[in-house]
Amino acid sequence: MNILVRIKRYDPERDAKPYWDEFRVDVEPIDRLLDTLNTIKWTMDGTLTYRRSCAHGVCGSDAMRINGRNRLACKVLMRDVGKKVTIEPMLGYSVIKDLVIDMDRFFDKYRSIKPYLITHDNEPGTERLQSPEQRAIYDEGTKCILCGACTGSCPSIWGNPDWVGPASIVNAHRFIFDSRDQGGAERLNLLSNKDGVWRCRTIFNCADACPRNIPVTDLIEQVKRAIVYGGPEEA
Amino acid sequence: MWSWLFHRISGLGILLFLFIHIVDVSMLSFGPDVYNQSVTLFDYWIVRLLSLSLVVAVLYHAFNGVRIMAIDFWRKGSRYQRAMFGAVLVLTLVVFIPVAYIIMLPALHWLTQMPHSTAGH
Repeated sequence: MNILVRIKRYDPERDAKPYWDEFRVDVEPIDRLLDTLNTIKWTMDGTLTYRRSCAHGVCGSDAMRINGRNRLACKVLMRDVGKKVTIEPMLGYSVIKDLVIDMDRFFDKYRSIKPYLITHDNEPGTERLQSPEQRAIYDEGTKCILCGACTGSCPSIWGNPDWVGPASIVNAHRFIFDSRDQGGAERLNLLSNKDGVWRCRTIFNCADACPRNIPVTDLIEQVKRAIVYGGPEEA
Repeated sequence: MWSWLFHRISGLGILLFLFIHIVDVSMLSFGPDVYNQSVTLFDYWIVRLLSLSLVVAVLYHAFNGVRIMAIDFWRKGSRYQRAMFGAVLVLTLVVFIPVAYIIMLPALHWLTQMPHSTAGH
């Protein structure tokens, strides 16, 4: 089938401002959108720029705004996008070129919530044991691939780029609710400041955007309650 | 996203009404005649329609406010947020219909009866 692909292009060295570029591409219904972008780049316009790496929904490189919603280009099938598809870089980030966004601030915020195991006790000498039930509590957060789709879909981030954003809170949740971790209070303290969890207005765009189906807003709400009640509640 | 956007818009709309409300209540300080005359403004059918939009805004904002509290404090709240949004819309509509009837009835008298005392409006 023949599809019209509209792409928001921007090359800071040539263009004063972004513009819309259009391509007509023959695609198979079970092609992924990433295949279509590859067809354009390899056979029609080599200057089209976008990130991709694994191409199988694991690395999180190719998150972009597809028909108004943040999706991974490698997980969207052409039969689901209609006769005309609109592709833009994600909102809430500055654009480096075409569909490539600057994720430096995203990763700065990610690092700010200390996304690693913190312990104060002596090392146990053996494994740090955990029951399957304790593991299940923070299971959803472990699925995050840091693609940035949730953060780029969040109106709170559009309005205030200083906000820590949903992806960071999901990754904070992953450790706050881990029975082996002892840095929970430290992280809850970080997230209770003015650019912490409270800028979440429960809009639910993040949960819709997540390619791993993480209930992002639910995890943020759990962190909010952990701050209010002084620690993670038993799930 | 729509639940949040409607919540914001209805909140701003209610704030706007609050300013008008402060002005119309403050007419009392100029005596009963001035006040009585100023509130006849609310009898114009166009102002009655605006009152209807105020009712919708207040109802939606109130019910959705309860929904947001449920999301914040009820553990399963975010899981059922979409169903609760549907309930908010239904409740808003169900309560709106009788209120709309009461508000608009005097303005619609000209349709069914002899001219109302405010028919000139």
